[in-house]
Amino acid sequence: MADTAALDAAPIAAAVVPENRDDKALQRKIFIGLALLLMVAPLVLYPVYLMKVLCFALFALAFNLLLGYGGLLSFGHAAYFGMASYLSAYGAKVWGLSPELAILVGTATAALLGLVFGSLAIRRQGIYFSMITLALAQMAFFFALQAKFTGGEDGIQAVPRGALFGVIRLDDDRAMYGLVAVVFFLGMLTIYRIIHSPFGQVLKAIRDNESRAVSLGYRVNQYKLAVFVLSATLAGLAGATKAIVFQLASLTDVHWSMSGEVVLMTLVGGMGTVFGPIVGALVIVTMETYLAQFGAWVTVIQGCVFVLCVLLFREGVVGLIARRLRKPL
Amino acid sequence: MNGRFPLAALAGAFMAGVALTAPASAQTAVKIGILGDRSGAYSDISGEGSVVAARLALEDFKPEQHGLKVEIVSADHQNKPDVGAAIARQWYDRDHVDMITDGVTSSVALAISQVTKEKNKVFIDTGAGTADLTGSQCSPNTIHWVYDTVALANGTGGAMVKRGGTTWFFLTADYVFGQTLQRDTTNVINKNGGKVVGSVKTPFPTADFSSFLLQAQSSGAKVIGLANAGADTINSIKQAGEFGITEGGQALAGLLVFSSDVHSLGTKVAQGLVLTEPFYWDLNDQTRAFSDRFSKQMKGSKPTSNHAGVYSDVLHYLKAVAETKSTADGAATVAKMKAMPTDDPLFGKGVVRADGRKIHDMYLFEVKKPAESKGEWDLYNKLETIPGDQVFRPLGDGNCSLVKG
Amino acid sequence: MMTIFGVPTQALFGQLLLGLINGSFYAILSLGLAIIFGLLNIINFAHGALYMMGAFVAWMLLSYFGLGYWWALGLAPLVVGVFGVVLERVLIARLYKLDHLYGLLLTFGLALIIQGLFRNQYGVSGLPYAIPPELSGGQRLPFMFLPNYRAWVVVASLTVCIATWLIIEKTKLGAYLRAATENPTLVQAFGVNVPLFLTLTYGFGVALAGFAGVLAAPIYSVNPNMGADIIIVVFAVVVIGGMGSIIGSVITGFALGLVEGLTKVFYPEASSTVIFVIMVLVLLVKPAGLFGRTA
Repeated sequence: MADTAALDAAPIAAAVVPENRDDKALQRKIFIGLALLLMVAPLVLYPVYLMKVLCFALFALAFNLLLGYGGLLSFGHAAYFGMASYLSAYGAKVWGLSPELAILVGTATAALLGLVFGSLAIRRQGIYFSMITLALAQMAFFFALQAKFTGGEDGIQAVPRGALFGVIRLDDDRAMYGLVAVVFFLGMLTIYRIIHSPFGQVLKAIRDNESRAVSLGYRVNQYKLAVFVLSATLAGLAGATKAIVFQLASLTDVHWSMSGEVVLMTLVGGMGTVFGPIVGALVIVTMETYLAQFGAWVTVIQGCVFVLCVLLFREGVVGLIARRLRKPL
Repeated sequence: MNGRFPLAALAGAFMAGVALTAPASAQTAVKIGILGDRSGAYSDISGEGSVVAARLALEDFKPEQHGLKVEIVSADHQNKPDVGAAIARQWYDRDHVDMITDGVTSSVALAISQVTKEKNKVFIDTGAGTADLTGSQCSPNTIHWVYDTVALANGTGGAMVKRGGTTWFFLTADYVFGQTLQRDTTNVINKNGGKVVGSVKTPFPTADFSSFLLQAQSSGAKVIGLANAGADTINSIKQAGEFGITEGGQALAGLLVFSSDVHSLGTKVAQGLVLTEPFYWDLNDQTRAFSDRFSKQMKGSKPTSNHAGVYSDVLHYLKAVAETKSTADGAATVAKMKAMPTDDPLFGKGVVRADGRKIHDMYLFEVKKPAESKGEWDLYNKLETIPGDQVFRPLGDGNCSLVKG
Repeated sequence: MMTIFGVPTQALFGQLLLGLINGSFYAILSLGLAIIFGLLNIINFAHGALYMMGAFVAWMLLSYFGLGYWWALGLAPLVVGVFGVVLERVLIARLYKLDHLYGLLLTFGLALIIQGLFRNQYGVSGLPYAIPPELSGGQRLPFMFLPNYRAWVVVASLTVCIATWLIIEKTKLGAYLRAATENPTLVQAFGVNVPLFLTLTYGFGVALAGFAGVLAAPIYSVNPNMGADIIIVVFAVVVIGGMGSIIGSVITGFALGLVEGLTKVFYPEASSTVIFVIMVLVLLVKPAGLFGRTA
C-alpha cells in the first residue's frame, strides 16, 4: 500500500501504513533517541545553528500537521510564523515581558489569526484553498510593512532575551538552547498526540475521502478549522521562539518565500510522516548555512534540490526510509 | 569543534584555509569577513567585487611585513536582517572572524552592528545608507565608511536647489530607507529656500513607475527626487525618459545612484541625471590604476564607491591592527582607527569621527550625454567637490551617545 | 475642472490608460498560464522566469547577433518555446498523473535554477535595451503624454490574445485541444497524438511568456528578477479569472490592470496588494473564479 503507485493515486497522503503496537514502540524509541540527541548535540555543534534548526523543525511539523494529516496545502503559513515573531519581539522589547510571556503573546496572536484566516479559507477546496491562504498571507505582509510597530524593513531589532520566569538569564546560548529544546520537544509531542487521537483519526478520514466522512455524520468543516488553528498556533510558537533566539523579527518571516520554504522542508523530509519535517528542516537550514558563501549559486543549488526531490523522492527522506523499513515513521 | 561531526567537518572543508590558521609564531592572525549581497538586488554594488577589493587591499598592504596573517571569508546576507545577524553571530562565535565589512542594505547593517557590539568585534559598513548607524544607534564597535542618507541629501538636494531646482516632487520607495531619504532631503531643500510640492509612496519593489511619474509630471515640480535604490531607481529613470519628463523641462535627481546603475541604464537614457557619490573610477590616476586592477578580475566592470570603500577600510583597519598587535578587543581597535588619520589612494586624506562617521569629500556628478561618452564606463562629468566637513551631518546633531555634549 | 474624489478627471483618464497597458502584460502572461493549466493541469511557476528569459533573449540577439527589436519579437518567443518543449519532454511530462502540488514545486525549482543562472552570468543591475526607433516618441493626448511604444504594447497584446482565443475556439486544432483536455484517453483512441499535443501546448504557453518578455524589455529593466516579481500577481489573475479559463484570464488581466491603476492614484502603497484582496473576495463569492466552471 505504501508503494509509489499508491502515492501517485493519493499523492498528498504520503506513506501511510496501518499502525500496530510494534510501530508505536519504534516511534517511542525514536522519541527517546531524539531527546538524547537534543541533549548531546550542543556539546558538538554550534548552539545557535541548532536553535535555528529546531525553530524551523517545529514550524515544519506544524505545517505538516495541516498538509500531511489534514490534506490542506496552505501557501500562507508565513503569516502565522511571522506575525507571532513580531508580537513576541514587540512584547519582549517594548512591553518588557519576560521571554515566556512574550512567546505566549506571539503564539496567541498566531492562534487568533489562524482562526480568522482559517474560517475564511476552509470554505474552499484544493488549489483555491491554497490561493486564499496565500492572498490572506500577502495582506498580513502588507500590514507588517505598513504598521508602525513592526519597524518596516528594519524589523524589530535588539530584542532582549531576558530571564526565563525572571530567574534564568537567557543571554547565555546554552540556557537559551535549553528553552528552545524543551519548546520543540513539547511541540512535537503535542503534534504526535493530536495525530494519534480520535480527532486525528477523523482528520485522516476526511483527508482520504471527504464525502465519506460527511456521510458518516462528521462536521467536516469544524474539524478542518480546528486543525487549521492548531497548525497556525504551533507555527506561531515556532516563530515567537525564533524572535527571542535571534533577538530580531523581520519581514523575511512574513514574506511568501517563507511559506514556500516550509513547503520545501516538509517535502524534502517527507509529507505525512511524523519525523520527516524535522529531517527536512535540518537539511534545508544546513544547506542555507553552509552554502551562504557560494553566493548566487545558492538559488541554483536549491532549485536543483527541488527538481530532484519531485522527480526522484517524492515521499521525502523519511518517507523513503519508512517505505524501506515498511514501518510508519 | 570542527571535525568531530560530519556536518562540521564539511563546513571545515569549505572554510578556505581554516587548517592554515595554525599556531602563529610572532604573527597576529586576522580574519576579515565580507558580508554583502551576493545574489540579490545589490549584488552588483556589493557581491564578489567587495571580495576582490579586499584582496587588492591585502596586496597593497603586504600584511606579512607588518607581522599580520590575514584571511578573508565571505557570505551572502540576501538583504535580510535575520540572515545577516545569524551569519555575523556564527562568524564571531565559531569561525574567529575579527572584522566584518561591506554590509550593504540599511536594515541588515543595523542588525550586524547590534551583534558586533554584543560580541565586541569590529564592523565597518560601506554599503548601507542609514545615518542612524552613527546617530541614534551608534556603537563603539561600528564605523560607517562611504556615505549616508544625510550626505546624499546635502549633496544632491543642496546642489539642485542652488542650481534653480526650487520645487520638488518625491517618488519614495515605501520602506524605512526611502522615507528617511525623503525626510533628510526635504530638510535640506527647506533650509536652502526650496519647497516640496508633493510625493507619492511606491510599493517596494515596483516594475512600472509610469503612473507615479504621471503624478509627478502633473505636479509641475521642477525636480523629481527619486528616493529609492537599485532596480526601482533604474526603472523610474528609464520610464521617465520614455514619458518625456526631462524633455518637458523637469529634472531628475537620483538620491542614491551607483555607477553600476548608470552603466546599466546607458548614457542615452540617464543623461543629465544629477547625483552624489564619494568615488568614481575616473577621478584621478590613482583611482584609475586601482580600477584597472579591479576590472581585470571582474569581467571588465569598474568598481563602485562601495567596492572602493571596502578597499579603503580594510587598509585602515589593518594599519590599526598592525599597531595594536591584537584583535581581541574590537572597541579598542575602533578607538585606534579613530585616533589615526586615514589616508589611501582612493579617498585621499580623512578622519574617523567620534561617532564612527568616516569623513571625506563627496562629488556632485552629472551623467554625460552619449556624444561625450567615450566608452561604456565613461559615465560622469564632475560638477562640484563638496568638502567632507560640509556634506556630512555635524557631529552634535546625530544624537549619538558616544558624543559628549 | 471636474474632479472625482479630489482627482481631476483628466488625470484619472491617464491613469486608467496606464492601467490598461500594465493589464496587457498580465493578460498575455495569464493567458499562457491558463492554457498550460487548462490542458496540462500544471501550475507553471517557471512562467515568470521564462518571461525574463524572453527579455534576455531579445537583449542577446541585439548584442551578439545585431538583430533588432522586430527580429526579437519573432525569434525570442521561438527560442523560449523550444526551451519549454525540452523542459516539458525531459521533466514535466513525468508529473501528469500526480497532484498539482508536484508540478508547482518542480516548476518553482526550475524558476530558481533559471533565475540563478542568469544572475550569475549577467548580474542584477539589469541591461539596457532601447525602444525601437519606429516606436519612439509619443502622442500628446488631451489628458496625458502617451508614448508610442506603450500604445503598441496594448495593440500587440490584444492581437495576440484574440488570435490565441480564435485558434482555440474556432479551428479544428483548437477543437482537438479542447477535447484532449476533457478526455485524453478518448482523443488518443481517435488517433490523435495527445502527448505531442501537450508538449506543443506547453511550448506555446511559454512562448507567450517569452513574447511578453520582449514587449517588456524596452520599458522595464531587463534583469534576472523581473519575472519573480510579477509571477505571484499573474497567479492571482489566473485564479480570479477562473483556473484554465482562456477568455477569463485575458479579461481579468486587463481588468486588474485598471483596478491597479486606480489604486495607484488613491492609495499607492497598496497597489501591489489590492489584487490579493480582490482574489479573496472573488473566491468567497464565486468559488471557481469569475469565469471558471464549478466542478
